[in-house]
Amino acid sequence: MSGLEPANSSANLAAGEAQRRLHWRCRRGMLELDLLLQGFLDGGYARLDERRRAGFVELLEYPDQMLLEYLLGRMEPVDPVIADVVAEIRRSAHS
Amino acid sequence: MSSIRKGLAKRKFDALVIGAGGGGLRAALQLARAEANVAVVSKVFPTRSHTVAAQGGINAALANVLPDNWHWHMYDTVKGSDFLGDQDAIEYMCRAAGHIVVELEHIGVPFSRLDNGKIYQRPFGGQSQNFGGEQAARTCAAADRTGHALLHSLYQQNIRAKTHFFDEFFAIDLVKDDDGYVLGALVLEIETGEPLLIEAKTTLLATGGVGQIYRTNTNARINTGDGMGMALRAGIPLEDMEFFQFHPTGIAGKGMLITEGARGEGGYLVNKDGERFMERYAPNAKDLASRDVVSRAIYEEVRDGRGCGPNADYVFLKLDHLGSDVIKKRLPGIRDTIMTFLGIDPIESPVPVYPTVHYTMGGIPTNRYGQVVVPLAQSPEEPIPGLYAVGECACVSVHGANRLGGNSLLDIVVFGRAAGNHIIEFLKENRYHRPMHQAGVDQAMARLTRWEQKGDGDTVDGLRRDMQTTMEKYCGVFRTEELLKEGVAKIIEIQNRLPDVRLRDHSKVFNTARIEALELENLIEVSVATVCSALARQESRGAHSRIDYPDRDDEHWMKHTLFFREGRRLDYKPVRTKPLTVESFPPKKRVY
Repeated sequence: MSGLEPANSSANLAAGEAQRRLHWRCRRGMLELDLLLQGFLDGGYARLDERRRAGFVELLEYPDQMLLEYLLGRMEPVDPVIADVVAEIRRSAHS
Repeated sequence: MSSIRKGLAKRKFDALVIGAGGGGLRAALQLARAEANVAVVSKVFPTRSHTVAAQGGINAALANVLPDNWHWHMYDTVKGSDFLGDQDAIEYMCRAAGHIVVELEHIGVPFSRLDNGKIYQRPFGGQSQNFGGEQAARTCAAADRTGHALLHSLYQQNIRAKTHFFDEFFAIDLVKDDDGYVLGALVLEIETGEPLLIEAKTTLLATGGVGQIYRTNTNARINTGDGMGMALRAGIPLEDMEFFQFHPTGIAGKGMLITEGARGEGGYLVNKDGERFMERYAPNAKDLASRDVVSRAIYEEVRDGRGCGPNADYVFLKLDHLGSDVIKKRLPGIRDTIMTFLGIDPIESPVPVYPTVHYTMGGIPTNRYGQVVVPLAQSPEEPIPGLYAVGECACVSVHGANRLGGNSLLDIVVFGRAAGNHIIEFLKENRYHRPMHQAGVDQAMARLTRWEQKGDGDTVDGLRRDMQTTMEKYCGVFRTEELLKEGVAKIIEIQNRLPDVRLRDHSKVFNTARIEALELENLIEVSVATVCSALARQESRGAHSRIDYPDRDDEHWMKHTLFFREGRRLDYKPVRTKPLTVESFPPKKRVY
């Protein structure tokens, strides 16, 4: 996290803010979602390309119940990028 | 501090609601519809409150499926509470239930239907006809997403009624004046890191439960007892905090619940030797024994070195013998959860489980109007002017020592509405804001500035982990004098370490580390209240189960605990055994 490093540039600062903002938005109304989303943000998220990162941000806007359906594999998102991100999160869940 | 104070932003409202779950939103809706100027503060986006996780449903004696009436519902709730519930509040809730469900339907909750068009009702544990007779069917549900539907409907209605939302704002502390009036709260905008003073003629706490004081729990991570911590710091006691509902089979190390249905279908528990150990603890009921018996058995197996896994800290729930068809047909949701989180298929492998904390029965003491009540000179229940609480953070007390399934959603909606109505009356009598009390603001501000200290010290994560494991070990399902005494000492030690905790990140914008530090303070306040209350109660009642005092002791302990922060003092007040209009249900042995 950039919060641990000297804030030596505005780019660093902005990246740190963005990460913290995502961290908070991964806090949801259900433990299942907390574990999956926060776990992924701390792990697999860094390895995503720009398009999938944007997909992850978009996914966080979904209602909790829909997220649960997707992330537990009960439904599949239509949008291929979101579907990719969901698959990544599910893969990272028990790694 | 004074420089911050000078520039402190302020807003004024008639009513401030802290927490945007079902309880807070139902109260806010009542107020906004009455044209009160109402603000709702929520640390997360409102529809991400924990109400969304309530899947079961909401109880109301509609008699759509089987004969029923509110009086039977009342009996079940009193009995379920192990006679610690207040019978006036329980009567009020059960009588209001039918009306409340119809009202929810009218604001958009899509309840599941019967073929004749009436609302479908399913049977749940603890429901009976005719005061303990045949099974009743009392739970109304919107498929398996009742909480979600309820929360979204209430949120949309609030938007329509022009409730003002402060999304992603964290409440720091209540502000009180010297006369004991609550004047509003100091809150923090997470986005900017700036404090905001919200002045209000009335403040309602609706911040939910506090399952996060335990390592293994089913609660969302937002359930950190913020309202309870604020109440304690404002000199208000917490009631009956020793009563936490445990569920025997949570996924080990994660917390999510595996329903009793899994054992109902024939699943059973084994230790590291493959032994079906429940045969030793409950020779007749075995794996279907009551929740507390199964929970304690798991604890004892692990304690005595018969746990499974590399750290021997869980037991296995075996389902693989049931066969693929049964699991896929009857337990599909459980299978999804297990496969997602553990990467194993219960059709092939046993599932690691451990008791998990599910629900907080205790909380901020209130009467049935939602007014926060404390013992003062005149009576044990005098209202704090301007302060209300509803839902899981409150103790009204309808759940007493144990909550029935389907009664938590009912509780939040019934008393959210009741509090809204009482606030409307209060506002008629109190038309002007009282003068702000600067010392109260300064005190709240100090809580914030404390986290600006720099240097080395314990971390928030580290201390929270220690607190959670301590609570699980010393104040979990297995409680004895010796263990609880040790627990009190250890939790106080953890509390004493709190001033040495330092943040590594002192940035302002979206500093979530700071929020987590403020949450940790609340969690530790509540942990102390819980373990002290549990040590003092020398009986077993409902969810509080003492090995050294295995029986309920109505003569000495049919009373509510009150824990005060100052001096960690305990006090007690009588159970309200007199209902509003019907005869009282006297205590008797609780047998199902």
